[in-house]
Amino acid sequence: MPHITYLRADGTSDTVDVPLGTSVMRGAVREGVAGIVAECGGAGMCGTCHIFLPEHERVARGITPIHPLEDEVLEITSTPRRATSRLGCQLAVTEQCDGLTVELPEHQVLP
Amino acid sequence: MAGTPIVIVGAGQGGMQVAASLREAGFDGPLTLVGAEPHPPYDRPPLSKRYLNGEADAAALALRTPEFYQTQNIDLRTGTRAVGIDRAHRVVVLDSGAALLYERLVLATGSIPRCLPVPGADHSDVLVLRTLAEARSLRDRLAEPRRVAVIGAGFTGLEVAAAARTAGHEVTVIEALDRVLARAVSAPVSRHVTRLHRGRGVSILFGRRVEAIEGDPDGPLRGVRLAGGENVPADLVVVGIGVLPDTALAESAGLAVADGVVVDEYLRTSDPAIHAIGDCALFPSPYAADPLRLESVQNAVDQAKCVAQYIAGDGLAAQPYRAVPWFWTDQYSDKIQIAGITTGHDRVEVLGEQEQGRFSVSCFRGDRLVGVESINRPAEHIKARRQLAATGDLAGAR
Repeated sequence: MPHITYLRADGTSDTVDVPLGTSVMRGAVREGVAGIVAECGGAGMCGTCHIFLPEHERVARGITPIHPLEDEVLEITSTPRRATSRLGCQLAVTEQCDGLTVELPEHQVLP
Repeated sequence: MAGTPIVIVGAGQGGMQVAASLREAGFDGPLTLVGAEPHPPYDRPPLSKRYLNGEADAAALALRTPEFYQTQNIDLRTGTRAVGIDRAHRVVVLDSGAALLYERLVLATGSIPRCLPVPGADHSDVLVLRTLAEARSLRDRLAEPRRVAVIGAGFTGLEVAAAARTAGHEVTVIEALDRVLARAVSAPVSRHVTRLHRGRGVSILFGRRVEAIEGDPDGPLRGVRLAGGENVPADLVVVGIGVLPDTALAESAGLAVADGVVVDEYLRTSDPAIHAIGDCALFPSPYAADPLRLESVQNAVDQAKCVAQYIAGDGLAAQPYRAVPWFWTDQYSDKIQIAGITTGHDRVEVLGEQEQGRFSVSCFRGDRLVGVESINRPAEHIKARRQLAATGDLAGAR
């Protein structure tokens, strides 16, 4: 089972097992990892599972490219969008994700 | 608060969230979460979506790992039903005979699907869809070609219709009213959803009342007989005609009950030591004229967080429940999202490209914008929610 590391903005992190096919969001939430809120539970409609994933990593790890509706939601995340922004709920974990680190933004909800 | 036992009856999304949020708030007293279903808390919306179409299995629906409950010291008891509350002694009695002392009790008992009160409705191929077990049953039956009759064009019924049709089954939806999702969406959205289904070959019949389900009791189901003599051939029937709040436990304990367990703005029942949340709770809302029940994940989760905050602070500096109501449904690949409560609207404005299937409907009651429905415009939906949260209405969100 792939190990994924969730790296928070304060430098702390958690590394957890995430079952194949589970989303990057769910992988964090099911273990109680802090830094992902996922208000809508994975429906792609809240922007609170915001993560940063460089494109070269996305390709190397076999993760799906961005979808227009996901792209739209990333325009209104509370931490401003970067070129590497993705919604964790839209990324299914693959075999090649073992050892992946995803960066989490400063906040998921406006403080 | 250390040492104060908290008991939560109902291990669905709401009940689980109360437990998780209490621990997050630093509450470290005894915490017991009791669930009648034999599974740890799981995500229910996928039961009519990606679980039904085979994309996700049951393990993927678990809201937390089994270890989570252990490391968080949450005493999770599944497959156990609470059968009584002795409020004078603050004890919850379980069907196992166990008795749980509580300082505070949270009822998150959810809702129960309405049954169709017609002859033949007890045939084994007439299904409702609420639990994982029922979803599994439905999914198994959909493994072979079927002629499916869905009774009720509500959210669940239409999601089942979409999954079944996408898998190639013949699907007929039978609706008593004159449009789909009549309780919940505006006429333009009803029209859009109807077009989506009919465009894929789903037959939708409006203004039809079901008289009986026909078939051999121990043999195949044959079809649905409608008032007026019309017959819909089918070998599988899914009934989606709404749910009733599960208030039996509250009622037997003498708590105030109406269309749900009656609670105040702090989600307290008529007994100050007992809260009720989620599908089972009838609560006052700044977004509706009268107390209401909301059957949604958002409501269960946000009410859970509110009650956890109340309990963790022992009721001091408690916040009334004011979370913005919102909801979504997936119909094929369309995302339909609703912010606010649009019931009772008397005027709509449509913005965007209806023909392209990307548009919004603003719903007004008099001068007041009460809700926005977004079709494939998620950013707009989120903005509408934020605006509603900030101002209590949506003026300026457009």
